Order: sequence, then C-alpha cells, then structure tokens
Amino acid sequence: MTDQAPRTLFDKLWQAHVVHEAPDAPTLLYIDLHLIHEVTSPQAFDGLRRRGLRVRCPARTVATVDHSIPTERGPVRDALAASQIAALERNAREFGIALYGTGHPQRGIVHVIGPELGLTQPGMTIVCGDSHTSTHGAFGALAFGIGTSEVEHVFASQCVLQQKPRSCEVRIEGTLGSGVGAKDVILALLAQIGVGGGTGSVFEYTGSVVRSLSMEERMTLCNMSIEGGARAGMVAADDMTFAYLAGREFAPADYEAAVKRWRSFRSDDGARYDMTIGLDVTRLAPMVTFGTNPGMGAQITATVPDPARVGDASQRASLRKALDYMGLKPGSRLAGHPIDVVFIGSCTNSRIHDLRQAASVMRGRKVSSSVRTLVVPGSYAVKRQAEAEGLDRVFIEAGAEWREPGCSMCIAMNGDEVPPGKYAVSTSNRNFEGRQGKGSRTFLSSPLTAAASAVTGCLTDVRSML
Amino acid sequence: MSARTTEPGREPFQTVNSRIAVLPQDNIDTDQIIPARFLKVTDKAGIGTHLFEDLRRGPDGVLLADFPLNKAENEGVAILLAGHNFGCGSSREHAPWALAGAGFRAVISTSFADIFKSNALKNGLLPVVVDSATWSALAHLASSGGTVAVDLSELEVRWPGGKVGFTIDSFARTCILHGTDELGYILDHEPEIAAFERRRERGEQQ
Repeated sequence: MTDQAPRTLFDKLWQAHVVHEAPDAPTLLYIDLHLIHEVTSPQAFDGLRRRGLRVRCPARTVATVDHSIPTERGPVRDALAASQIAALERNAREFGIALYGTGHPQRGIVHVIGPELGLTQPGMTIVCGDSHTSTHGAFGALAFGIGTSEVEHVFASQCVLQQKPRSCEVRIEGTLGSGVGAKDVILALLAQIGVGGGTGSVFEYTGSVVRSLSMEERMTLCNMSIEGGARAGMVAADDMTFAYLAGREFAPADYEAAVKRWRSFRSDDGARYDMTIGLDVTRLAPMVTFGTNPGMGAQITATVPDPARVGDASQRASLRKALDYMGLKPGSRLAGHPIDVVFIGSCTNSRIHDLRQAASVMRGRKVSSSVRTLVVPGSYAVKRQAEAEGLDRVFIEAGAEWREPGCSMCIAMNGDEVPPGKYAVSTSNRNFEGRQGKGSRTFLSSPLTAAASAVTGCLTDVRSML
Repeated sequence: MSARTTEPGREPFQTVNSRIAVLPQDNIDTDQIIPARFLKVTDKAGIGTHLFEDLRRGPDGVLLADFPLNKAENEGVAILLAGHNFGCGSSREHAPWALAGAGFRAVISTSFADIFKSNALKNGLLPVVVDSATWSALAHLASSGGTVAVDLSELEVRWPGGKVGFTIDSFARTCILHGTDELGYILDHEPEIAAFERRRERGEQQ
C-alpha cells in the first residue's frame, strides 16, 4: 500500500469490492450487506422464482418491516399493507433470510437497525432498495440505494453492476452554534448545491465539524446525501465509530483486530477528489425548508424568497409553483408561520440522540392545542432506551403521541398522514408535493426546531427556548 | 448472455416514433411520478394507471383538463419531455414501471437523477439527455404536434428539420437492443464471484 498514490476512502472501498471489470460493461461490484424491506423486495423475489434462482448469500441479507407498518399497536388493518408484509414473511422463510418482522423486539427502520445491531461496519459495501441507504456511509462504508431489479441481482449474485461515480469532498468547517446541528448543516448544504448538485457523485464529509459529530448526527448527514443527488455519503471511520459499534450484537468477535483493519478506512493524506464543496457553519441558524424539495431551505430567521427576484426563468417558475403549493407569501417571515402537525421520526432523525433533543425542548412544556404531534422512534431498541430514560413520559405529558417504530409519516404509506392543505414541521427528509399525504405541506427541520414548533404552534427559532 | 436467465417477455426495440408530451417543471420527483400510497402492491401490474396521479387529478379526484397527459392529443404518446433533474428522490423502481406501464418508451430531459436513470434502463425506458437548446426545440415541436424519433441503434433524436446525438450507457444499450437483461450477464460471471468470495475468506482482501 505504501507505494500507492494516496487514495480516497471511496476509492479504497470501490477497489476492494471489484469482482470483474470489462471495457464494455459497468463494474461488477461485490456487496457485503444487503438490507431489504417489504416495499421494494416482492417483485425481486418473484423474479428469482420465475428464473428458478436462489438467494446466493442469505447470511449477507437482512430483512425488516418498516414502510407500510402501522405505528399504533394492533393488527395491520390496511389489506394491501398486510399482504405486502405477509409476502416478505413468506419470502424470508422460503429463501432463508433473517427477518426482523412484526413483533420482533429488534424491529425498526432499516437504516436505524443496521447500525444498531452492528450489521453496518466500516469498509463494507451496503445496498438496500431504498435511497436513504446512504445513511450507513456514516460508518466509513460505501452504502447506496438500488432499484428492485438490482435487489434481484444482489439476491442472485451478491453483486451489482455499477458505473463508478465521481468522488466529492464536502468539507464542513467552523463552529456550530447552540441549537444548530447535523440536520441544519445538511439542509444548509442542500440549499447551497440544490437537489441535483451531487448527481453522479459520492460525498465524503470531512472537516472539523464532521469529526466532532456523534455517530447519530453523522447518520443524519449521510442520510440526506441523496437529497443532493449523490448516491452515497460517507464519513471516515474513527474512534467515535469504533466506540459506537463495540459490543453490538453483530460486531466482530475479535474486535481489536477489526478496529486495526478499520483504521485504514479513511482517505489518505493528499488524496485527490474529483470535486470539493466547502461549507462554513459558524454563523448558521437553525434551518427550515419553505418549498417542495429539500434544496429549498433557509435559515429560520429568513423570509420567504420572492420569485420575482430570481433571474433564471426555470428556477423562478419552480419557486413560484412551490410557494403556490405551500401557500406561502414571498417576503413573509418563516418564524411564526402557523403549523398543524409535527412529526419527529424517520431514518433521518428517529435515533436516541434525536429523541433526547426533542425531549429537552418539550420537558415541562405542553405542545400547542392546535398541533398534532407524533413522536415515532426508529426502532424498538430506540423505544426501549427512550422509555428507560423517561423520554416517553416527557412526550406524553407534553401532549404528544408516543408511537411504535416505523417510517410512518415520512412516507405516509401506513395511515400516518398530514391532511390535505395542512402544515407539518417534520424531521424527515423529503418535502415533496404529497410526500406526507396528498396535499400535505412540509417544513423540514431538526428535532429541536420541530419540538419548539410543536410547543408554540408555529415555526420557531428554538434558540429562544434553550 | 445466458438464455436461461433472460427475463421473459421483454421486447427489444431500436426506435420509438411518437409525438411528445411535455412536463416542463424541473426536479419532478419519484413521489410525483408515483405517490407512495400506490407502492403497497407486490407486483408491477396496473401501476401505470397511477402515473402522476396527484398531478393529474384535483383534490376532488377529478382529472385536471390542463394537465398535459390528460389532453386528448397526448393519448398514446410514448415520449415524455421533462424538466431538469427528472426522477430525483427515492429509489422506487415503481417510477419507471409506472411510466412504461402508461406506454412511455423514452423520457427526454437535460438531466436525470442517478437511481432513476439506472432503474429506467433496466425496464427498457430510455433516459435521453439533451442540451437546453435541443430541449427548447423539442418543446416548440411538441406544441405543434410534431413527431420525434428516438433511435437507440443510431443514438440519435430526429425530428423534422433537426437531429441530435445522445449517449447512453453502452452496456444498457446492448441489453435493450437485444431484449436481454443484466442478470444474465452477471450470472455468467459466477466463477469470478466465487473466486472473489474465496479470496475474501482467505483474508486477501481488505
């Protein structure tokens, strides 16, 4: 290795997983861990059956139920959702795949349980039929979302065909102020680069701010890489990573040897990236989105932008359409805008750190009577931890709903929906038209901002409440 | 490619000739292409009927007369001209399934989101990238009901009075031209996969 040119983390992981390269085809890349859920897998299993194929490495495949499962206790009442969940149970049995299914004490959102169980490890390639697979990159892994055809490919071969993306360093420097965290950083990055700014590339987050973030916060950062168009986001493995994984169920038995190997999963000094983006967060205020994609965000202290001041015709049209959908007036202040629903959850912000943050604001306060507030832990492990810390009491006493784990109102497939025309402050990752229910209007924010807004009943600068 | 593993029923194609439907908005995401509430299915049948469901219909569920795909002249159109960064958002392959299910064979834009592009190619739906001048010319042509040919064999978009080349992943192009899919190719490399796994077990990697 010493005689090699300095390599990026991405280059190291890519090269270590090349099975086959040919001039007229994409690279055949080996996959260490394949996570699956009920929504994007049934057609892939059907494909296997049609061709008479088996799952090549059941031991590298792990299933959970998260997207369409209700967050209320009791049976799945939606017949379609029930049949989708039943299909996954049947498929997991038939093909010998471990399933963290309904009723399993470790069930949860796929991107929450992977790290939590220690399945996600530095140096791995990880895929899932879900674009937020980028989350796992926080551990120095190459993790990306794939389509259902590729899910079938991985089942059958443990490989995917991929064109190599470009590497892009996202260097985050400065000092985060009080009340400002990873979610604000990623929303600020997206506001800077737009939702297509990372297309064709893999982000590696570097810089002093990233090094100081907890694993949960790094996951939030990597999670939303896809919202900038990047297939994957990653953070070099370090002592924080190793401390997080130590003692987890699937952590390597010889942990010291693993850590020794994992220390190489960082970019070498002097490694060259195809692109570099810089972001200074020193003066960053809490961020919220005002539009209908995650790149349409602003600091909570800002006003709604005026389309008339946008030079580019197509961007002007996009902004006008977004504000029309959102029912927002150009020039009006974001802080103080009334809201109807608060959702604290999703693979972006449903981990124990996120719930502690939300609880720190709600403790001893009541949520506004005009706001429905849902707190949805990312997994049963998160739920148990939160309950052990008494966070559930904080939420319930504040008047929020304390639910069972799942994707819930982030994707609104399970009955948890924002009613048409209503405003939600949501800690999830997408504010697309109709994402949280037909006609729903979403302000994306951090758990702190969401909790503060739940209390006041309007978009709120949490710094006034800390 | 291995005949054993070729997906049955996939139609090879070289050229699609059609009028164009235009959705000029940038960043049309996969939630707009196929809202998540239609993802609770376990097969691909019928997904096309929900293509752009929430853009097509008003709050009362009634078809909106001014939505391009609801107009009579766009009945049976097989080419969609869409704004920048088409297909951003989720990895749901239901998005190209819905487009293909509704009869589309090609989407033309100035750029596509990565996962959508990859998913589209696996379903014989061509993501064709053109420059903004060509995009404008095609939008103009669409307004007069003109027909366009998207030729995968020649890698050309042709219309009365103009033509422009495009590029597409050469491997995916071969698969679509021959009506085969990628899994056959991958499984032909089983010996390399097995060798990789053996090297891994011996600890030669990482």
